[in-house]
This record gives sequence, structure tokens and C-alpha cells, in this order.
Amino acid sequence: MKNHIWRPLLVVIALVLAILIVRAIVVPDDFGVHEAGYMYGWYREGNIEEWKDFKVKYQGSAYCAGCHVDKVEDRERSRHGFIECENCHGPAIDHPEDPPALNIDTSRELCIRCHSWLPYPTSDRSSIPGIDPATHNPDMECVMCHDPHHPNLEDM
Amino acid sequence: MKRRDFLRQTAIAVAGAAIPLSALEIIDPRELLAARPDLRWIFLVDTYKCVGCGMCVQACKKENEIPLEANVTRTWVERYVITSDGQVHADSPKGALNGFTTQKIDLNAAGERKIDEGQIEQGFFVPKLCNQCENPPCVQVCPVGATYKTPDGIVLVDRKWCIGCGYCIMGCPYGVRFFHPEYHVAEKCNFCYHRIHKGMQTACAFACPFGAREIGNLKDPNDPVTHTVMTQRVGVLKDEFGTKPQVFYIGLNKEVR
Repeated sequence: MKNHIWRPLLVVIALVLAILIVRAIVVPDDFGVHEAGYMYGWYREGNIEEWKDFKVKYQGSAYCAGCHVDKVEDRERSRHGFIECENCHGPAIDHPEDPPALNIDTSRELCIRCHSWLPYPTSDRSSIPGIDPATHNPDMECVMCHDPHHPNLEDM
Repeated sequence: MKRRDFLRQTAIAVAGAAIPLSALEIIDPRELLAARPDLRWIFLVDTYKCVGCGMCVQACKKENEIPLEANVTRTWVERYVITSDGQVHADSPKGALNGFTTQKIDLNAAGERKIDEGQIEQGFFVPKLCNQCENPPCVQVCPVGATYKTPDGIVLVDRKWCIGCGYCIMGCPYGVRFFHPEYHVAEKCNFCYHRIHKGMQTACAFACPFGAREIGNLKDPNDPVTHTVMTQRVGVLKDEFGTKPQVFYIGLNKEVR
């Protein structure tokens, strides 16, 4: 064959080889078609483990009870007992290691998420004891009168 | 050719043609296994129990490191108010990050709409999250293999692999995908994959005091969520798209989109 055919052909072969070598280095071994097939299962398998290792922030009231057992049990007896500690106290994350990081939300905005009364007949919202935030002591924080751990009106 | 031979050969040819091509396909055992793993995550939402407090949205954002102030969220709660004149008023201010604390319907730039209390025929809340579809259209459109369905049915995004083209965000019929404001890659609800594999609930189900959200395993016949999905009247969103969503709703209305 003539030189003018061989030369570009060699360039093309070199290019293809270079691309294949780069691909072998860049693309991880676990990337490819997995069980779910080409349409849904074409991915890097290691990513599943990466997501499993994502940090857990909300630890649950059993975790809180490790130290604050009195508070947790006290709250469980009240009408707010079904609300998780961390909904108001913030996610524990690694809490005992860094106590100041926990910011307790005592705002009015938190309480009225449930207790601003809404007249919706097809939702449980209307069965929650509620107020109109615009008229019910609008300038005060709810926790000044109500104890969130013992919300019963008789205990006020 | 004798008539006998002709008839015999015709019969063989017809019988051979009747065998479908799929019968000749070699079945990959891995495909069979993928079709029947012992785990398939599903989700159950009870719209009667939801009170629109938005604690789920807050917990989701904190658990999954989505900035609170950014107007994007993996899960959100919609409010539907249907009045006696047949009008449907729906809103979801900031995805209900701070809950629903007023009767006024949020109309974004157009302001607010006050609804006459006596006119309300129905009012309810619908939490939304990724449906972890059996046929996820968002995965089909990904050109680089950065989003995929795990063998237990969760659609994940590989943050290292995503190039941020946004096809999946356009491809999702439920609008659950968005760009992560910090990582600049596609982001979506993954049923708190890191939590459910440690035996915990999703952050939203954990934070919901009313039990409106529940995570379950469809392959476990003793799972209470599976039992509800199998034995009660539950609906899914946009069934007609053929995506086979795996988030089931109790008390779904036709007004809910």
C-alpha cells in the first residue's frame, strides 16, 4: 500500500489507542452495566456505598434518652409525646461532642405550624387545638405561657 | 414431492414459525435475580393524617444538607383548598418549609388569595417526594450513567459522575429533581438511602408526628406498609405516564397533580 494511505491510517489507529488507554484509566472498574440492564442499571457501583455512608443527623429520642432520660420520659407522658425531641431541639448529629451546636427552636413560628387553626374539613389539621396567630397574643412567644413538654391547658 | 411430504414439511414450518423469538433468548440469571430481590423500598402517604406542619420538609433539608434558605427541596407539601364553586386553590409556599400557618393561599408574585371559610368544601395537604419509579424516565435520559436505579429500587445520583446537563430534571414528570445549589449537580429524594439501610426511617417519616409518611418494603409480606398498599384503596400520581411510581397515597383526589 502507498504511504499516503498508511500515514493517516496510523494516525487514526494511534488516536483510537490513545482514547482507549485514557478511557481505561479514567473510567473506574465498577462502572458499567449492572443487573437492571442498560436502561436503568448503567452506573458506578461504588456510588451506592458512598450514599450509604452519608452522615445521619437525626438520631431519635432513644438517643436523647441516653442522657436526658427524665426529660424524654416526661415528654412522652404529655400530649406532645408523639413529637420527636429533635423536631424542636434540632438534629443531634454528634451532639454530646459539641453541645452548643444544638439550637432549641422556641419560636412562635414553630408552634403555629400545627396550632394555627385552619378550617379544613378533609384534613386532621382542623382537629388540632388551634388559635388565630393574628389575634392570640401576637407579640408574645408561646413558650412564655405554654410548656411545650406539658402542653395541657390545665397545667398552665 | 409427495403430498404426504408436503403436508409434513408445512406442519414443521408452521410450528417453527409459531415459536416466538423471545423463547430462543438465553435468560441471564442475574436479570431474574434483579427482578426478584428481597428488598423493594416503597412509601405510603396518608393525606388525611397530614396537617401541613412542614416538619418533614425541615427535617429532610437538614438531614440531606440542602440549604434551608435555597428555594429547592427534595420533598414538599402541597395544600389543596376546593371551594363550593368548584375552584381548586393550591399552593406550597417555600415547599411548606415553615408549614401552613395562614388560611390565605400563596400566589407567588400575584400576592395572596383569601378564601371565605364558609365556601371551603375540601381542604387537605399532600406531601410529595420522589416516587422511585419502577420505570424512571429521569434515568433513561441521563447521557453519562450518573443516575441509576439500585437493585432495591431507589434512584440515586452519582455526584462525582453527574455533568449537570439537566436532562433528568426536565425528564421527571413529577418535578422532584433540581440542581443542588452547592454541588451544582442533579439532586433528588433518595428515601434517605443512608438511613433506611441502617434500619432507620426516612428523615421525613421520622419527623412526622402524625404518621402521615411511612417507608416500607414491598417484598416483605409482613410489612405493615405493604399490607396497607395491598389491601386498601391507594392511589399513585400520574399513573398514565407508565412510570410505575412507588409512592402510594391514601385519600388522593383527582385535583391532585
